[in-house]
Amino acid sequence: MQASDFKSDQYVRFCPGCGDHAICMALQKAMAQIGIPTHQVAVISGIGCSSRMPHYLNTYGFNTIHGRGGAIATGVKTSHPEITVWQMSGDGDCLAIGGNHFIHEIRRNVDLNVCMFNNRIYGLTKGQYSPTSPKGFVSKSSPFGTVERPFVPAQLVLGAGGTFFARTLDVDMPTTVDCLVAAQQHKGCSIVECLVNCVIFNNGTHAWIADREQRAEHSIILKHGEKMIFGKDRDKGLAVEIDPVTFVPKIIVVPADDPRVLTHDATQPDPTLHRLLGLMGQDRIVNVNAETDNELPVALGVIRSVEADTYDQAVNRQITEVRKKAKIKSFDELTATLDTFLL
Amino acid sequence: MHISEKSSTFAQILTIYNHIVKNIVVRFCGDSGDGMQLTGNMFAQLAAELGHEISTLPDFPAEIRAPQGTLGGVSGFQVQLGSGVYTPGDKADVIVAMNAAALKVCTLGSHFNHPQAHYDDDFALYHRHAIVIVDTDALTDKDLEKALYHTDNPFTELDIPESVQIVPVPLTSLTKEALKDSGMDNKSVLKCRNMFALGLIYWLFDEPMEKAIHLLEEKFKKKPALIAPNTKVIVDGYNYGQNLALNITQIRLEESDAANKQPARYTSIAGNKATAWGLIAAAQKAGKHLFLGSYPITPATDILHELAARKDMNVMAVQAEDEIAGVCTAIGAAFAGDLACTTTSGPGLSLKSEAIGLAVMAELPLVIVDVQRGGPSTGLPTKTEQTDLMQALYGRNGECPAVVLAASSSANCFDFAYEACKIALENMTPVILLTDTYLANGTGLWRVPALEELPAIHPQSVPEELKGHFNPALRDERGVRYWAFPGMEGFEHRNIGLERDAEKGTISTNPENHEHMVLARKHKIEQIANSIPDLKVIESSVKSQESRDVLLVGWGSTEGHLHAAANALGCDFTQFNYICPLPRNTREVLSQYKRIIVCELNTGQFAAYLRSQFPDIQFEQYNEIQGQPFAVERIVEYASK
Repeated sequence: MQASDFKSDQYVRFCPGCGDHAICMALQKAMAQIGIPTHQVAVISGIGCSSRMPHYLNTYGFNTIHGRGGAIATGVKTSHPEITVWQMSGDGDCLAIGGNHFIHEIRRNVDLNVCMFNNRIYGLTKGQYSPTSPKGFVSKSSPFGTVERPFVPAQLVLGAGGTFFARTLDVDMPTTVDCLVAAQQHKGCSIVECLVNCVIFNNGTHAWIADREQRAEHSIILKHGEKMIFGKDRDKGLAVEIDPVTFVPKIIVVPADDPRVLTHDATQPDPTLHRLLGLMGQDRIVNVNAETDNELPVALGVIRSVEADTYDQAVNRQITEVRKKAKIKSFDELTATLDTFLL
Repeated sequence: MHISEKSSTFAQILTIYNHIVKNIVVRFCGDSGDGMQLTGNMFAQLAAELGHEISTLPDFPAEIRAPQGTLGGVSGFQVQLGSGVYTPGDKADVIVAMNAAALKVCTLGSHFNHPQAHYDDDFALYHRHAIVIVDTDALTDKDLEKALYHTDNPFTELDIPESVQIVPVPLTSLTKEALKDSGMDNKSVLKCRNMFALGLIYWLFDEPMEKAIHLLEEKFKKKPALIAPNTKVIVDGYNYGQNLALNITQIRLEESDAANKQPARYTSIAGNKATAWGLIAAAQKAGKHLFLGSYPITPATDILHELAARKDMNVMAVQAEDEIAGVCTAIGAAFAGDLACTTTSGPGLSLKSEAIGLAVMAELPLVIVDVQRGGPSTGLPTKTEQTDLMQALYGRNGECPAVVLAASSSANCFDFAYEACKIALENMTPVILLTDTYLANGTGLWRVPALEELPAIHPQSVPEELKGHFNPALRDERGVRYWAFPGMEGFEHRNIGLERDAEKGTISTNPENHEHMVLARKHKIEQIANSIPDLKVIESSVKSQESRDVLLVGWGSTEGHLHAAANALGCDFTQFNYICPLPRNTREVLSQYKRIIVCELNTGQFAAYLRSQFPDIQFEQYNEIQGQPFAVERIVEYASK
């Protein structure tokens, strides 16, 4: 199948230069690569710029209401596990108004592929801070800077018991396609945090890693089974150091040839290291004024992908098992069990 | 303590009742741990099996388990049985009071908390000639203290009228005696007290014990160890009555008028269970998979319980993370082609409003069951009210019409749950079904239908020729859009909560298009009136000069009370089950009467709705809003003015 098979006839209305254009194209490419026919795919979204995505994909689509995409997607997938279900959402839709549905779809491990577009701003309502905006962030609704601590999505997902977390960047098409394909291949709730730029209201929010000059030094693309090496000259590696007094582990940067350099294992059930990897470089988003000498790169790629039973399969399996043994299978058989009497 | 001189033996009392009665009201009343709901249900079920009509009213406290013996922990179960039974009855003819607190609550009714209150005809739960059976072992000083009595004689303190027949029975010690050789511990023995009382009541009504014991075996099927002791106690209770009253006539109900009923299978059923089964039946009839998304809320949760247990019937019940997710998972399932439902009560309906609007806009079939309770806010979660009507009709943003139905008896919760599914699937619309606490927990006699007797359901589909150029705005000749869902090749489309273009189905902000679409959605709901039954009037056969032009009007759960009131008044009455759209002949019916009294358990929501639909017709209104069903006598009193 071709990417064009997944393109709808609708004119794409994201702002010129918006990061969502790139993710839209990556989705079409990834869906073609995955090869599931268009009628077997449903794309569910809430409200927000990114939630316009279903209109541009030639599959079944449902652009619903703010924050509820997760619950609606859960209904589609649980009732029809044979359908491939994607959810398109943003940092506001997923982490603010839809926060409850987001943590519960992760907790239940519903087999969904969730693209969470994180531009750290509310774009469609014209520029208010979001749950991922750094502390101190100045916006129309925070003219003196926010006083709130933001969410780090990776930490939230792992805290909710997430089985899959990947992070990608709008300007890195190959990594984005890889993450989307991996999300589809993973059975369970797959969260892909797509770092996207909002040219209008939050331009350059991810410049630290999006900038071509800096990207190699400031980010690392994690690949399962490969050594964690990064840098323009691929001269740096990541290792873990455990504080001898507090036993708190932390990630450190070491030379690439250091024998301590870690090999990425996305399938490790224990989330400790995945959490540390997910938190790398996030102090910059926690506080807008952070003066940090932290040299840790932002992790991109599939950080975590572990196997676990999915909600939709478990629910359907339970019904199948009960029905196998059941004596009652029709309404008339059901009423026959009543204590009735003739009048 | 002393038993009042007013109390007397069984023999003395029962001679008063040596006539045959048409119907009678019994109230079982005790501590919430005394098993009053079970006892009442068993009695009602036996009565039903013997061919009597029944109507029940469970009345339990809001607390799950209040401290034992206190006023807050009193749990009641009222049943009316006999013929011409439309309600559980205003006041009881027979009271079983298992302890001092129960005696007080039955005597003072809603005034039980007033320190100086005494028997008052307006508030007592039994009338002046009732029989009050009371466990004398549960009237110790400690019991009286817990129930906040000031003296050691509850009967004098409560000023129970002379005419009330108090029957003192040492229920606790008799039960202990009955089980002295059972080897059971004291706590388990005490749990059987309710069965002693039940045995006594069975004797009082001269009911055959074989059926009663069979029923008991059914009830305790899963706890076989309890069958023998409970049977022993129930029989001892029966014999106690027998031995004390050798030569008297017990209460005997008039033979039921079986000829008027179609010969068929009957059972007693609670409204919530009937609702759940209506959904199950509709799914099978429609050939659809039943999906429920729900969040626990009193008094609707039993529907979730019932459907979660019915995996054998291929029901998928998702207990969602909140009310919004309950309706949204259902909308997801509807989008994917299922018969989708969500069940809730008033506060939950508020939370679901926006999502119901989405289902209206996306034109998806969806059934929303609102088991109404006292409001606003958390309100009276365990009490009944009809206060969500306006919310169901109008409680959404924008011009947002949906179908609104109301069940009017515990048994016809089945029919209207079925009808809600039929309308939703055939017309691609959300349907809100209103029931309430009274219907949900109360039971009535249900004629068990076979699936083949139920009306056919033809879920909306899509013509094959639209393959390849389908869009979600395409409608049939009725104005109902076609239904295609994921998995169907060639019908891929994008549905939306945004306004869509009437032709292309894509997002549109065009002004004329919006107005066109608003009217199209309105028209779709209005045309449903073509396929619903006409409004029926129950005509009185004994009209007087005054009552001739009077019409009592109700909707939903008040049907039984209004029927009984109309009988007493000798006037006509009509009950609405279809609220939106209204039956086609509504104006024709209403315009025949000079005095129309709209009776409802709110401040006049349906009356206001009727006025908005028929501004030229005069509506009088009678309202009660106390968290309780109507008292028939108060309606009669008002209407006789």
